[in-house]
Amino acid sequence: MNQAITTQDLSKRYPGQKKKKAIHAINLSVPEGSLYGIIGPDGAGKTTLLRILASVLPQSSGKASVLGFDTKRKAEEIRKVIGYMPQEFSQYPDLSLNENLNFFADIQGVAKQDKQERIDKMLELTNLSHFRQRAAGKLSGGMKKKLALSCAMVHNPRVLILDEPTTGVDPVSRAEFWALLSTIVKDGVTVLVSTPYMDEAERCSMVGILYDGQILKEGSPEALTHALPFSIIELKAKPRKQMREVVAQTEDILSWNPVGDRLRLSVAEDKERQVRRVLERKIKQQKLDLQILRSARKTMEDVFVSIVEEQSQTTDQTSLEKSATQTSQKDQNP
Amino acid sequence: MKRLLTIMRKEVRHILRDPLTLLLILALPASLLILLGYGITGTSTGVTMGIVDFDKSDSSRAYVERFTASNDFKLTHDLQNEEDMVRKIETDKMDIGIIIPESFERELLTNGSANVMILLDGSGNPTDVSTAELKLTAISEMANQDLILKKVDVSGQARTLQMPINTTVKTLYNPNGNARLYMIPGLIPIILQVQAILLAALSIVREREQGTMEQLIVTPIRSWELMLGKIIPYLVVCMLNLLLMIWMGDFLFGVSVRGSVGELVGLSAIFILGSLGMGVLISNISKTQMQAVYISVFVVIIPAIILSGLMFSRESMPDFTYWYSELLPVTQYLEITRGIIVRGVDAATLLFTSTLPMVIMSVGYFIASVFAFRKHL
Repeated sequence: MNQAITTQDLSKRYPGQKKKKAIHAINLSVPEGSLYGIIGPDGAGKTTLLRILASVLPQSSGKASVLGFDTKRKAEEIRKVIGYMPQEFSQYPDLSLNENLNFFADIQGVAKQDKQERIDKMLELTNLSHFRQRAAGKLSGGMKKKLALSCAMVHNPRVLILDEPTTGVDPVSRAEFWALLSTIVKDGVTVLVSTPYMDEAERCSMVGILYDGQILKEGSPEALTHALPFSIIELKAKPRKQMREVVAQTEDILSWNPVGDRLRLSVAEDKERQVRRVLERKIKQQKLDLQILRSARKTMEDVFVSIVEEQSQTTDQTSLEKSATQTSQKDQNP
Repeated sequence: MKRLLTIMRKEVRHILRDPLTLLLILALPASLLILLGYGITGTSTGVTMGIVDFDKSDSSRAYVERFTASNDFKLTHDLQNEEDMVRKIETDKMDIGIIIPESFERELLTNGSANVMILLDGSGNPTDVSTAELKLTAISEMANQDLILKKVDVSGQARTLQMPINTTVKTLYNPNGNARLYMIPGLIPIILQVQAILLAALSIVREREQGTMEQLIVTPIRSWELMLGKIIPYLVVCMLNLLLMIWMGDFLFGVSVRGSVGELVGLSAIFILGSLGMGVLISNISKTQMQAVYISVFVVIIPAIILSGLMFSRESMPDFTYWYSELLPVTQYLEITRGIIVRGVDAATLLFTSTLPMVIMSVGYFIASVFAFRKHL
């Protein structure tokens, strides 16, 4: 499969950043026609990465190319074939939807005879046809995002780069927005989208997990969840305090975290049945009201948590090792 | 070219969309001309004066009358002692105090000479102070002259007496000392300077601040298309401002353009283009609208008001200040507006002193801004 976007050791260091880089040695390949999600918490470097790929910012080192065009040398070529939606609202608030769309269509050089058709199509796709004359600044949060998407797509780009398009949008509009993205991908557009929401990651065909400026894992959500070396047990019992005590006292539970009113326990795959039996027995002994005890589907959230835990353990170790060497050096040089 | 027009159309929409913006950029400069045009009369009829007349004689009253007879001084305080007088000057209740001693008339008649003390508040505008000083001295001299003439008259030789030098002073261009004739051609450049620099700088920085610049960067529009598209509508706005102000100067204040209106408008267009260019340069180094306003006001606008020659003569400025003001095209442009409007000279007469430097610098700033402008975050 052809790659729409590739990067090699892509790094960015902002002026004033001495030690840390915003992103560090990122190697990414986004297949053509995929819906690729960059998943990561706030401050991981998602915006920096997307801005470099959209030719808004120059990288400090490494290479990146979009549809074969180098982001540094062929920025102008890239701009003709991509649509970019920044994280912040970036349409003119005092102009109407119609005026905004016409403006971006003209700037992108959409042919006159195609323009109206293209604009109508965008408004229809995003369900904004009734608001043509409304000033963009007076739209709701979700509608603003849809307008931004329409403007980014008005020139029929082959690659769409969307920076956290659903942040600050209500759940219904979020779902609508993702349904919209699936339609767009079906039309053959490659979509690269960043999000801090793990549930959204599962709607992507490929994800890259960006943490602290580095891509820690890349793959399809199914493959990533499948590769998790443990199973998940979902447990709900009352009173909750006793339930927690039971869990804490049970062996072979690797980690557990509360999700809503239930607990998600990760256990080694071969121990799952055994742990469930033990839990059931203990809960009966203590006469708790057991409501749920079942094996659950692994989610991207589990993937993310395990990767971040792994990562923080290694960094802790390295920093421990570092401080150890420092102390020994001090000892040697009194 | 098509993209340039697209940007221009958008910019015009921004201006027309909000009635308040439209009102601000079209009506506010004109209203400022009214405020300042009516406000600044320049003549110092309001100089207030107090006296302490210990003598209270015919001679002392005649002496004081000489000052109050001219419209320049207004007698506001008749005081009893010197301390009162000093206090009034300290508290800014009056500007001038005259102390006439008890023996004034007697000494004048017996010795032929008497002493008078005049106090003048020197903390005001130095030009006003020295004008007042000159007037006070002149009136005193006149009084002396008359007294001497009277004496001579007594001796019967007055008819043969003549003043040795007959001087005729003819005031050119503004014989009535109409301050508006001086101020209005000076205000026009300052108002245009403020307009052009702020409009250009803010309209670009606003795109950066509201996030639309990020969107524009990823479009194929060229930097120069974006920049020209943004400033051409503002060139039109400033030209409208100029025409409105020229018309108002004539209609409201009777200050008509004596020279060529065509030359004035043409050179103004060049000046405005240069100022818009300065605004673009400022926008290049500003991340927020506040930064742009600060740089504009402190680096260009205030120096333009103080140093351009609008209010103070530039000849006495120290080198550094003088050359700083030379770098602001508004300085030469102000010489041009005064030249064309008041003196009716043509641009060629001012070619090397004002016209050429103004054109070179304005075009320079404009070209620099075209090359320096990059679409960036």
